[in-house]
Amino acid sequence: MALINIAPKLTPEQYEHNFRDISPPLTPQQARIESARCLFCFDAPCIKACPTRIDVPSFIKKITTGNLKGSARVILSANILGESCGRVCPTEVLCEGACVMNEQGERPIEIGRLQRYAVDYVLDNNIRLFAAGAANGRRVACIGSGPASLACAGELAKWGYEVEVYDRNEQPGGLNTYGIAAYKTRAADSLREVKLVADLGVKFHQGVEVGNDISLVALESKFDAIFIGVGLGDTSALKLPGEDLEGVYGALEFIEPTKVRPFEGIDVGRRVVVIGAGNTAVDVVTAARRLGAEQVSLVYRRGAREMSAFKYEYELAQKDGVMFHWHTQPIGIVGNGHVEGVRCVRTRLVGEGRKAKVEPLPETAFVIPADMVVGALGQQPLLSLVQMLPGIIIENEHLVVDRETGQTGNPRYFAGGDCVNGGREVVDAVAEGMRAARGIDAMLSSSAALQGGMPG
Amino acid sequence: MADLSTNFAGIKSPNPFWLASGPPTNTAGQVMRAFDAGWGGAVWKTIGEPIINTVSRYGGIDLGSQKLMGFNNIELISDRPIEDNLREIAEVKRRYPRNAVIASLMVESRRQSWHEMVARAEDAGCDGLELNFGCPHGMSERGMGAAVGQVPEYTTMITEWVKEVARTPVIVKLTPNVTDVTRMAIAAEQGGADGISLINTINSLMSVNLDTLAPTPTVRGKSSHGGYCGPAVKPIALHMVASCAKRVKIPVSGIGGIATWQDAAEFVTLGARSLQVCTAAMHYGFRIVEDMIDGLEQYLEAKGFASLKELEGRAIESVTDWGNLDLNYKIIAEIDAEKCIGCHLCYVACEDGAHQCIEEYPKPQGANGGNGAMRVPRVIEEDCVGCNLCALVCPVAGCITMKEISTGLPAMSWNDRVRRQQREAGIAYTPSLWENA
Repeated sequence: MALINIAPKLTPEQYEHNFRDISPPLTPQQARIESARCLFCFDAPCIKACPTRIDVPSFIKKITTGNLKGSARVILSANILGESCGRVCPTEVLCEGACVMNEQGERPIEIGRLQRYAVDYVLDNNIRLFAAGAANGRRVACIGSGPASLACAGELAKWGYEVEVYDRNEQPGGLNTYGIAAYKTRAADSLREVKLVADLGVKFHQGVEVGNDISLVALESKFDAIFIGVGLGDTSALKLPGEDLEGVYGALEFIEPTKVRPFEGIDVGRRVVVIGAGNTAVDVVTAARRLGAEQVSLVYRRGAREMSAFKYEYELAQKDGVMFHWHTQPIGIVGNGHVEGVRCVRTRLVGEGRKAKVEPLPETAFVIPADMVVGALGQQPLLSLVQMLPGIIIENEHLVVDRETGQTGNPRYFAGGDCVNGGREVVDAVAEGMRAARGIDAMLSSSAALQGGMPG
Repeated sequence: MADLSTNFAGIKSPNPFWLASGPPTNTAGQVMRAFDAGWGGAVWKTIGEPIINTVSRYGGIDLGSQKLMGFNNIELISDRPIEDNLREIAEVKRRYPRNAVIASLMVESRRQSWHEMVARAEDAGCDGLELNFGCPHGMSERGMGAAVGQVPEYTTMITEWVKEVARTPVIVKLTPNVTDVTRMAIAAEQGGADGISLINTINSLMSVNLDTLAPTPTVRGKSSHGGYCGPAVKPIALHMVASCAKRVKIPVSGIGGIATWQDAAEFVTLGARSLQVCTAAMHYGFRIVEDMIDGLEQYLEAKGFASLKELEGRAIESVTDWGNLDLNYKIIAEIDAEKCIGCHLCYVACEDGAHQCIEEYPKPQGANGGNGAMRVPRVIEEDCVGCNLCALVCPVAGCITMKEISTGLPAMSWNDRVRRQQREAGIAYTPSLWENA
């Protein structure tokens, strides 16, 4: 790391304390009381609010009767990443936000934590709930090993497909392993879930970059269908002068070490400036504070009301003592070899809402001193691999798929997750992976397929 | 403040709340602490020839997060020497002369044994006697407790033996483990009892441990049926108290699941003059009587009753046979969409468990939470049979109410209908078997 003004290291205990589970597991006593609060709604709104349609009342009812294995089965049948979703889902805008308790001014049921409680039981006790289906002789490749691919692969394996996953990273799991704030989930938690999929017979080829180490043509010759779950690429460039200075990073580049390396080995600047105001920007500012940075600032050209981070995430950053520079637009990174600050101007919004135009105010330039700058302006699309394929349609830098089946314009290819939706939640990626699995199964089970005439 | 003072067949207490005979009244120390906490009286844990108790004695059943919805025990009568109990009764009476101390007695079914026991208890200074003809376990196998209370002739006979010598009021405690408790109440009255108390505990097998397959409470892998009590038995007790209060002239002491002032008031409206509490005190301690007294006083005052006595039996005439209920009375459910939280429990309950008369529609725009996305239930009024199920399952207070609908028809019960049909057919009215009973 090329930082020159590194924040003093903390003790191992302080790191562990700072990165401890932000929402700790429920104790059996807490789970008993919390599950008993659930009204067991019929046609429950929490189910509809879940992209993977987990039957929430059913799994909670099973917790009340002590049937944790049955509870986990309900969850994992709908969403094989039910454990990480229980940890990282923005439940306040999904299931818990829809909980009827809100309607009467009561605290919603802690669905996310109960979900994690049930799934942890089977993971902790190595209980296998699912088995690979009888081999049907069909083969599917998944490119990328993130949530979308895992969900697609797991589902197909249960139905008897032979599934192989190709992924360029050393470890499987995608952003679940490399990109989610460590106080929400650790890489080891993600790998436990990957094992659920591997246990179904899915083969993982890690460190293999499709297009580089193996061609699509080679995959096409071996597999009946290919699922694209490559997610997004590197963090978008700031496009600012001085971006090449030492000490300027992308958000994922910053977060990844916190997931795969010991905290004490990770350098962080004393003064960190983060540019952007999405959920990832919050992950960065909170991680920087937890790593020991003394002064962490978030710079956003619009106001607090316009930030795309969830309210819960914003509050987290506030609690961590992050300084917010609203209506502040960075215009350059300053420094001499190493970053020394971010030059900004004040802005105002002209117009209403998200479409309001940002207008810089003259004579307002100032510099926020910084030892480290992290850009969190979203990720670049990663579609160079597939954009040359016949039939593939890309719109607004997203892969276009059929809404019902997840099939791309090229019938052999299906897709889901961030590369399709532009970067949403883990649970959305799972839902799209499962949708594609159903789409692939429908296509390969169709009579045309049975007659050996593969489309495309 | 409304007057709560109680005179039960001559047994006086500052309020109607007595601790029922059981573990909370096992020793003088407990009873005196209870009186300090506000209890008006205490029925001493049943005195008799000391027994040996098993270890592991109580079982419980929970409902959701509510502990001890029901409770049972296989404990027997006092395991302490008779003389210790009597000496302590004397001490308590000396120190708490205003509180009622009633000696609960159980001895072998011999006239002489009862005469001796009654004399000793009264010599100790108790204010009255309660004959334990109800204990359902252990003692009944030895010809005592429920073995007496289940046979009306024995009940009458032993009550008579006691009354031959008793100088204080005699209460007979009845077991619910009979087909018709009113026969036992009448038997006790015929034997000369000054009052009855009910219900004693109900025969029960609490649960089976699914790991060991041992019933609970478990005594080295085995169990025995025990006496069931606690909040779950209150409706059973209310019915039996009301039935007996209708049939006998002597006062009734109500027992069975009383835990709040509301419970107490309900028993009083059905004819109870004093109220006995055990499980609630075992669950929460003697302190619970404070709100029972306070709440009951507030209630009486709010309703304009000067004394508890004025409330006694007020609901009893409203308890009648099914055949006397008005078949032309109609209520239907009304659902307040504003209050509805969208749990759909009323819908599924009506659909699967009742009469399929709730439909759902999008919650109106502008209503609380109404954005058109949430579906709320609506009663199909012409189909609603007014069964109450939807209102009972609704988790929101006041969201579903039952409103009366005029049928424009005069009141008519089943019995009225049968009489009219017979009259129209020119048949002389013949009362049913049940009306004769």
